[in-house]
Amino acid sequence: MLEIDGLSASYGKVQVLWDVSLRVDEGEFVALVGANGAGKTTLLNAVSGVMRPGSGSIAFMGNKVDGFAPNQIVDLGLSHIPESRQVFTDMSVRENLEMGAYPIRAWKSRRNTMKRVFELFPRLEERAGQLARSLSGGEQQMLAMGRGLMSLPKMCMIDEPSNGLAPLVVRDIFRVLKSLHEEGITVLLVEQNVRQTLAVADRAYVLENGHNVLEGPCCDLAQSEHVRKAYLGQ
Amino acid sequence: MKTIRMTRNRGITLGLLLIAFLILAFLPQVTSGYVITLLIDILKFAILTVAWVVFSGPSGYMSLATAAFYGLGFYIAAVFSGTFPFPVLVIMAGAVAFVVALGVGALTLRLRGVYFAIFTFALVLLVQNVVLEIERVVTETRGRFVDTVSTEGVYYAIFIVFVLTMLTAVLIRRSRYGLALQSIGEYEEAAAHSGINVVRTKVLTFAVSAIFMGMAGAVIATRRTYIDPYIAFNLNTSFLPVLMAMFGGMTNLAGPVIGAALFTYIGEILLTRFPDLYMLIFGVVLILAILFMPNGVLGLAQRVWRKIRGGRRAPA
Repeated sequence: MLEIDGLSASYGKVQVLWDVSLRVDEGEFVALVGANGAGKTTLLNAVSGVMRPGSGSIAFMGNKVDGFAPNQIVDLGLSHIPESRQVFTDMSVRENLEMGAYPIRAWKSRRNTMKRVFELFPRLEERAGQLARSLSGGEQQMLAMGRGLMSLPKMCMIDEPSNGLAPLVVRDIFRVLKSLHEEGITVLLVEQNVRQTLAVADRAYVLENGHNVLEGPCCDLAQSEHVRKAYLGQ
Repeated sequence: MKTIRMTRNRGITLGLLLIAFLILAFLPQVTSGYVITLLIDILKFAILTVAWVVFSGPSGYMSLATAAFYGLGFYIAAVFSGTFPFPVLVIMAGAVAFVVALGVGALTLRLRGVYFAIFTFALVLLVQNVVLEIERVVTETRGRFVDTVSTEGVYYAIFIVFVLTMLTAVLIRRSRYGLALQSIGEYEEAAAHSGINVVRTKVLTFAVSAIFMGMAGAVIATRRTYIDPYIAFNLNTSFLPVLMAMFGGMTNLAGPVIGAALFTYIGEILLTRFPDLYMLIFGVVLILAILFMPNGVLGLAQRVWRKIRGGRRAPA
């Protein structure tokens, strides 16, 4: 479904990604893990069109999409739920969700989609009329995810949803990710929380200093010497 | 109960608007001279301020290009005055301002924050100098004569442009397009992730707001017999709408209108009573307003109103 081949990217003179390749098949739950500054967010930004990669190719559902604008990528059915939530703080929860359904394709069915989002996150329904700034960190993360789902994506890229949240909230978020996947949405999850991530995903990639270092089914990776030492503290 | 009160409130608002509309529409029948002249000035600034707020309010991009679009309209009215009838001039001015704003917007709306403000500021001087050079080289003059229109004609023209501006502003605010513009102002990257075509939304709104600035310029140009680029492209035309919007408050479209009306009126009084101290007093009033009315006159009024109602309710 998503195929990244030999991707390199830099910010000015600083190169962040070196020849990174990654593929996600339809219906898969793939994780991308790695330390801070490994280039995970840059990779997602290159896919969703927020930044231009230096070289390499990106294809979504068989079409080359490098150089596309972010709204075109969303139109194709690939939703990027950005890091650190980025909700519209001075708009209500409902307005935030409506904005997520901005593509014409999703706009017509926004009421039904919103009902579905409220089923996934009942807390958002209770707070539908409140300004997003009054939500807790966990609720804002739910809102960001709900907004990302409003565009009726076939695939979601989710950037560090557990960032800065209490363990109980993180557990809820992971549960929702799992049920999204069960509903048939393809997921690419970027995380630093390696233990929990390897427990939910099918396959994972490990990115270090902008290079692919490991790739494989999660159960194998969790056993690997390197991952256990560097990420699981064993 | 709640919905009934809300519809009644909406009814009252609509009724008040209708009364204001009728008064403004029939005023020239009963009065003339100074009142009408003052109202032309107020309506002009109300148009510029509302048009400015339509784009810069929600998007957070502070445009100082108002004088460029107003001046273009102003100049077009002068160049083609006598060739085309007055209404055609006004429509032409709006169209030219729209096209120029599309081009300028496509080039500059990738700049953020203060850089956008500086560029739009420089745009006014750029257009002014280009027009000045064209006049010097091609026509070998500095200014032009304008066919004047009767005060009453100007009043009705500016009134119609004002109504159009308000209607457009309300439509944009109510639509998903307006909400998209606000989300760009809050978090541009997140807006892009939500599937909003950020560039198109910004450039198009910028250009739509320029239409009304250009039209206002064309109407006001006919108040003068002679104009030159220095009169047409006056930087005050860029700064005053920003101050008026801040003075009136931007949470609601009534704010910019109230701001423009009070600001113009206070300016008029100060200018006639204290011509020497005018700017000094104006400056102090403005500083006080910014310090003590962060949401403008409108915000202050809402606060007082809430207090009165709260006070009434308390003893019961």
